[in-house]
Amino acid sequence: MTFMNTLFGQGRNGLQSRQQAGQKTLPFVAILVISTLLACASNLLLTEDSPLYVSTYTITLLGKYLCYAMLALAVDIIWGYCGILSLGHGAFFALGGYAMGMYLMRQIGDRGVYGDPVLPDFMVFLDWKSLPWFWQGMDQFWFAILMAVVIPGLLAFIFGWLAFRSRVTGVYLSIMTQALTYALLLAFFRNEMGFGGNNGLTDFKEILGFDLQADATRVSLFAITAFLLAVIFIISQYLMNSRMGKVILAIRDGESRARFMGYHTERYKVWLFVYSAIIAGIAGALYVPQVGIINPGEFSPINSIEIVIWVAVGGRGTLIGAIIGALIINYAKTRFTALFPEAWLFALGGLFVLVTLYLPKGLMGLWETLQTKLNKAAPEAEIEPKDEIKTGVSS
Amino acid sequence: MKPIITLIYCFLVSLSTGLMANDLANNPTSLNPQTSNELRLALTQVKLKAMPPLLMQIKQLEEQQALPLFKTLLAGRLYYVKADKRLIQMQKKGKERHYFSLETDQPLSELSKNQVKKVKLNNAVRRLLKSTIAELELNHPDPELRQAAIESLLKNLDSKLIAQLEQRRSLETQEKIRELIQVALNLFQLKTNPSPAKQIEAIEKLADRLEIPVKNQLTQVAENSIHPEVKQAAIRALTKIEHATNRYALVDQLFFGLSLGSVLLLASIGLAITFGVMGVINMAHGEMIMLGAYTTYVVQLLMPNHIDYSLWVAIPAAFMVSGLMGVIIERGVIRHLHGRPLETLLATFGISLILQQLVRSVFSPLNRQVFSPSWMTGSLEINPVLSLTLNRLYILAFALIVFFALLTLLRKTSLGLNVRAVSQNRNMAKAMGVKTGWVDAMTFGLGSGIAGIAGVALSQLTNVGPNLGQAYIIDSFMVVVFGGVGNLFGTLVAAFSLGIATKFLEPMTGAVLAAIIVLVFIILFIQKRPKGLFPQKGRAAE
Amino acid sequence: MSQNNAKQFDDLKRFEAKLNAPFQSLKTSFRRDQVWPFLMPNETKANIDKNILLYIEGLNLSFDGFKALNDLNLYINQGELRCLIGANGAGKSTLMDVITGKTQCDSGQVYFGQNIDLLKQDEASIANLGIGRKFQKPTVFEQQSVFDNLELSLKANKGVLPTLWAKITPLQQDKIQHVLSIIGLSKQAYQLAGSLSHGQKQWLEIGMLLVSEPRLLLVDEPVAGMTPQETERTAELLTSLAGERTVIVVEHDMEFVRSIANKVTVLHQGSVLAEGSMQEAQSNPEVIEVYLGEEAATPAPKVKNPIDKANNNKVSLIADKGVKI
Repeated sequence: MTFMNTLFGQGRNGLQSRQQAGQKTLPFVAILVISTLLACASNLLLTEDSPLYVSTYTITLLGKYLCYAMLALAVDIIWGYCGILSLGHGAFFALGGYAMGMYLMRQIGDRGVYGDPVLPDFMVFLDWKSLPWFWQGMDQFWFAILMAVVIPGLLAFIFGWLAFRSRVTGVYLSIMTQALTYALLLAFFRNEMGFGGNNGLTDFKEILGFDLQADATRVSLFAITAFLLAVIFIISQYLMNSRMGKVILAIRDGESRARFMGYHTERYKVWLFVYSAIIAGIAGALYVPQVGIINPGEFSPINSIEIVIWVAVGGRGTLIGAIIGALIINYAKTRFTALFPEAWLFALGGLFVLVTLYLPKGLMGLWETLQTKLNKAAPEAEIEPKDEIKTGVSS
Repeated sequence: MKPIITLIYCFLVSLSTGLMANDLANNPTSLNPQTSNELRLALTQVKLKAMPPLLMQIKQLEEQQALPLFKTLLAGRLYYVKADKRLIQMQKKGKERHYFSLETDQPLSELSKNQVKKVKLNNAVRRLLKSTIAELELNHPDPELRQAAIESLLKNLDSKLIAQLEQRRSLETQEKIRELIQVALNLFQLKTNPSPAKQIEAIEKLADRLEIPVKNQLTQVAENSIHPEVKQAAIRALTKIEHATNRYALVDQLFFGLSLGSVLLLASIGLAITFGVMGVINMAHGEMIMLGAYTTYVVQLLMPNHIDYSLWVAIPAAFMVSGLMGVIIERGVIRHLHGRPLETLLATFGISLILQQLVRSVFSPLNRQVFSPSWMTGSLEINPVLSLTLNRLYILAFALIVFFALLTLLRKTSLGLNVRAVSQNRNMAKAMGVKTGWVDAMTFGLGSGIAGIAGVALSQLTNVGPNLGQAYIIDSFMVVVFGGVGNLFGTLVAAFSLGIATKFLEPMTGAVLAAIIVLVFIILFIQKRPKGLFPQKGRAAE
Repeated sequence: MSQNNAKQFDDLKRFEAKLNAPFQSLKTSFRRDQVWPFLMPNETKANIDKNILLYIEGLNLSFDGFKALNDLNLYINQGELRCLIGANGAGKSTLMDVITGKTQCDSGQVYFGQNIDLLKQDEASIANLGIGRKFQKPTVFEQQSVFDNLELSLKANKGVLPTLWAKITPLQQDKIQHVLSIIGLSKQAYQLAGSLSHGQKQWLEIGMLLVSEPRLLLVDEPVAGMTPQETERTAELLTSLAGERTVIVVEHDMEFVRSIANKVTVLHQGSVLAEGSMQEAQSNPEVIEVYLGEEAATPAPKVKNPIDKANNNKVSLIADKGVKI
């Protein structure tokens, strides 16, 4: 019980979830780091017949889940904290993924089927003679990473600037974001766009000179993902605990009131949207080398809306909730699609309905209600309100 | 000489067969069974060189009755059974060959590949067949066939044909066909008359014709004529034709735009009610359309012999199925999420996933074929470059009918009054004794039911599959938002303007890019005018 | 001689100033605490040489043909406490909406001081100029604590980055504690604002206005839902604020208006009907005519509370009618 309390924080009446979240940062990061190290160590140090051995397949799967968790974090920041339901975050994820995919594609060099030293296979197939301008420089790792951050950020900035300035909110905004990702889906399906059309980018060989199929590379990618997730988690937590975080909550709960207090809410929303899109872009860039493919399917509206349900299940408005939701649902998806592939969409659809109807605060909300009940049952757990004031002031 | 003999022979035979005589006289296929049969039998045996005279004989004997035979032969589908030299026709379905009786089209399933042999033909025979068929059709009693025949003859005119055409012109009663014959004569004059004056005269008469051979011939003259004045005239005529063609192409584009607009209107009009009037986001709206389309499919399965009437059954059935589903969704889910639009969006999206998977599990993930009734197939041909397909015309009319019916329903009936009351002030309506729950359910059912009807219409245009609805949901939302939420007329204008814009963009950019451009345009438009084309004004809208 | 000296000294000073001018401007543009000037709020000081803080001239606004504001003219002096009264639909709240930038007007001018055109600014900029508003319905951030609500309202740089790095200074901490004690919510400082009672929320709203140190306070029905004691305290608070700050109050409770106002403005159908002291307004024949003339046609108004009944004068009747309409 005490362990769980330190892990998830005290769910007391009247105490803010924001402060609890602050308390939870450290244990969460610790758990993330320790489990990552354990998984890596058991893969690299133990032999395959050892009962504690973690296969490379599992490591890659975990890495994929962590990318999804990062993506869920991005959606939670914008939806859970600021009330902007984006149904187009898959687009930012995919754009980051494509930037990384372009780098990996250029790394193939002359080892492609057609053996062209510069042009990727699909361009040779389309009978293109030279590299399009937007593929220039993508053979540089740093440049590709920069693009994985800048392109989603820029798109989010332009879209957000237009939308938030003209005060498009609520459902309208959600539909617009969905239309955005849908338009990108259609665009990336076109061969003429120069991103491999229907098939996307695949058959990657190596990253920074390391073989993508090698165990060590895969474990490193997983570890890097975990590390970046922890970093982004800490930064986001800081952001949400700062006064800016309070302003963002204020915008969610009463945007016009916040405006009358002198906050240019549209600027806050734009920058938060950009921040969120950049996280999604990074998640995409980490995702592609681990799964080995990126195609226009990532832009499809259903992908984006699935992210939202991860966050909803975990509990929006809590960063940990988003991460837990993403991990649980994706694990369930892996198991489900293996056992009864037909039933997955039923389950997912049902989940949408059940969570919105009966679990509006998600698993974290459920946990907190349980905690409150338990605390009420145990009188010694009750704490004087004075203590709460003290903790509040010190924060 | 020969036909007369045949007739006499026939007369004698009919006399000898008593009662059957009447039948035979009325049934010209058996004009002269014996001779005709003999000639046809000969087809299977003669060398290629002897074929043309034989075919001429058949033509003279049978006249129009020989058309199916000639056409089958020309298409290379004429076979005969090795054993009894019976002529049959072959039809390929995929890689399989199927054989049918030449006269009755009855399938002859007992035949196998090595029991039959193809009737051979060469290019000389093909040429002969083509002109013979045309000639026979030229004098066909059916005016439509005659017109089609002359149109196909325009491509290769010769003096023999011209003589026939002139002869035909004197007999012809139809004005349109006489004009067409005149075109052929002018064309021939242009081709063969050496006098530049005559050529120019012909060119000037041809300048308002849109037939392709006319254009081709004029182009040829414009390029090759040695007389500069003829060349000039041809170029003038060509530009004139070009302008006319462009005008009709524009009309054609407009028609396709209106057609797309009518589809968008049908798809979004239900949404205009649930989203626009009730303010409920229903992401499962596309699936309501899909259910309507599948209902059509099921109805056709149930009445396979009455495809022509199936749509009249499918429309009310689809309305009931989708409407009922809508009521269930409203009562089961949406009701509990009142005032939480984002949650409603998520929950209904979940429902749409469930419905899609349900259809996949029940009907398979593959597309299903829905047949068009015969009265909807074909097209309305206005001139050689413009023809409007009937199914699109019907759907355009249907969309407008549904729209105005709905408008009347909302404006004139008590349900409409209740719906408007609830949408404007729910609590007040409740206080006045309106059963808001019932009104909500009915409105939602109505919107969904109309989506179902849209599905019936869509099944006539596109493939019916589990993803049918997905393809339309974003477009529908765009139409409603573009037109201005809560404004049915706005939806009408938005649907047609988006449809027309897309179709006019398509030739320039391609279909996908056109769709993207329209989407991006709407995204930008909404950010400039968040309330759409026709916003609701005033304090109430705040 | 001394005069001459003084003149020379002045000249010298002027010359020095000229010499220094470019450096001065350099200095101002390269201040260490303002690396990016575009991130700094544009602090324009309102010019109140004429002692008038708010100019409203020829304001017109119509909703679908209904004239909510009709050629409205109003001047508010610096440090004044002005009460706006009038029936519902007279345009009181609409006027506030226009001043705070919530609603765009059709024509007219609204100036803050002589130099700041409020119609060209959005809500947030107007708020940053020092115009605070308390809404009819208390709108506090229910998911955040009372303390956070006040912290958000503090007068501070409200740009994105400054807010990200912002820390509460001891001075601000004191300020908040002080305001908390004024509004009587010290004990509830770390409770969620959503858990407060309606009256407490009203006080919190007032507290949020106080910490933001506005030059002009627009207060919409401050005492709705308050007990008589609280009403009295509010009256005290508002009168104590006047002088240093300028306050405009919209209120239907005539007793309350009488207790605080030295000048009232009566609005009718979107324009000013009468202006002056309470007594003047009450005895204004136009006011009487407009309201009594209408009143004759309607049944006798219901009187709100016994105090009103006791000194049943015309203005209170007007106000009560206003509530009723």
